[in-house]
Amino acid sequence: MMDLTVNGAVARVDVDPATPLLYVLRDDLGLHGAKFGCGLGQCGACTVLVDDRPVFSCLLPVGAVGARSVTTVEGLGTATAPGDLQRAFLHEQAAQCGYCIPGMIARAEGLLRKTTTPTEDEMRAAMAPSLCRCGTHMRILRAVRRAAAMRGGGVIDSAEPVT
Amino acid sequence: MRTGLKRAITALVVVVGVCVVVFAVIAYRPAIAEVARPDPHAFDAGLVQRGANLARLGNCVSCHQAAAGRPYAGGYPVKTPFGTVFGSNITPDAATGIGGWSPAAFRRAMREGVGRDGSHLYPAFPYTHYVSVTDRDLDAIYAFLMTRPAVRAVPPSNTMIPPLGFRPLLAGWKLLFLRPKPIATDPRQSAEWNRGRYIGETLAHCTACHSPRGLLQQEKRGAQTYDGGWSGGWYAPPINARSPAVRAWTADRLETYLRTGLSRDHAAAAGPMGPVTYNLARAAPADVRALATYYAWQMRDAPAARREPALPDRRSFATQRHLDGARLYEGACAVCHEPGAGMMVAGRPALPLGTPLHEDNPRDTIQVILKGVRPPVSARGPFMPAYGDALDDRQVAEIVAYLKMRHGTGPAWKAIKKDVAAARKEGE
Repeated sequence: MMDLTVNGAVARVDVDPATPLLYVLRDDLGLHGAKFGCGLGQCGACTVLVDDRPVFSCLLPVGAVGARSVTTVEGLGTATAPGDLQRAFLHEQAAQCGYCIPGMIARAEGLLRKTTTPTEDEMRAAMAPSLCRCGTHMRILRAVRRAAAMRGGGVIDSAEPVT
Repeated sequence: MRTGLKRAITALVVVVGVCVVVFAVIAYRPAIAEVARPDPHAFDAGLVQRGANLARLGNCVSCHQAAAGRPYAGGYPVKTPFGTVFGSNITPDAATGIGGWSPAAFRRAMREGVGRDGSHLYPAFPYTHYVSVTDRDLDAIYAFLMTRPAVRAVPPSNTMIPPLGFRPLLAGWKLLFLRPKPIATDPRQSAEWNRGRYIGETLAHCTACHSPRGLLQQEKRGAQTYDGGWSGGWYAPPINARSPAVRAWTADRLETYLRTGLSRDHAAAAGPMGPVTYNLARAAPADVRALATYYAWQMRDAPAARREPALPDRRSFATQRHLDGARLYEGACAVCHEPGAGMMVAGRPALPLGTPLHEDNPRDTIQVILKGVRPPVSARGPFMPAYGDALDDRQVAEIVAYLKMRHGTGPAWKAIKKDVAAARKEGE
């Protein structure tokens, strides 16, 4: 038995500590936001926040989480009261099939918790570990820019001018 | 008595005065007149192309490009025990780059470490190696740089500890450590070997990372050359007879590694070596082959060159000793690294072959776990996710200890957890 803090609430789960956090979230806690994509930390569909940092939950043994708090896309708002990132993604219609989006939103949340004024390059670098097979990357990036602005910041273009 | 004191003071003043004058004479370098930015179309295309190849062999862009900056516009932080030096803007922008530099000013900078304005440059810029580059090659690199897009960018100011912000002091460093090292052809060796030595010892400046450094950050020469060194918080292992690799670095294997960023008998290029292979993959294949020939020769007496050892899997023993590490490995690593996993089927190096596990310190194993591996050469290359945000210091240390015990060779590593914290700090 172990205690796991997920989206602000403590849950008691009875699992092998080597079980990936993703399986516990989905199978034991019924949180189906984070997805199983590749199971190899290569696609980002399983991304959740652990203490404000985006991690691949498919490769994080649940026993390694310890006292750290886990945030999934469900923790950022609800269908009736979506959070700012969720509203930004809706506004930009950033989802096509939507499979990558919970991971994308978790990743963007991690970035914006670090800074609401990332540079364009920092934003792209932060989002890069999550892949979208539909190809809505440009809309996803627009949504992140929009959310940064909603939080009083914005994404800064950092490249130097060519003379 | 009073006269004696006066004399002593006078003598001291004279001695100090003479020292100051002598030092000023030694340290003084005149400015070289500024020229109008050369017309990029005036350069011979063949010369520019040769320069492009040489710049790739020299990995210039690694230090002369910031993480989010434009190529050659500078800004990469080189951290030294004496402070941080930022790569300069070497695009032909007249105001912030080297657009106003004549070929003579460029040659002097490369050979003597002196800027166009006469100021001494920090040896983070490896002029101790460029001193032996031929005029012909320097002119080709000049032509290449002068035909790049000019970028207006000023890198951050260096943060050197006092008094090292006073650049004339560097003249003293140069007196001690800047030695012209003529690279004469060795008639006993092949033309390819000689070409490899010329590139490796000059432009490619491999020893800058792969040799230990002394108190004043000078590279240790002689018997300690290529004995392993440090770069950006990573360990650059020995590439001589002390190479820790458990499979021989033949010229063929080394050529593949340098051109693809991956040797299936050793490891993927990670950390600062990734960009090196990125550039070598885009350099002239014959030159990379020459480098491989020369450095395979450097490692000809390494243990694995004589006999490739069997690699026992001490799985149950390691699990008993490091149960936490074994469990973490099971959940975080095994899905890719165990025999039969998808990654193994794709021809990636098996964990027991990984050179980091056979090094005399845990740093590279730690860094690979913390930062992962990005495809070094092209998008299809080897990839490993970073665990720096997922695992804490203790957990990383547990996995490292487990891996060393299960697959590693050489003496056990000590104080691993402390080194995880240090690796995080140095990697910032």
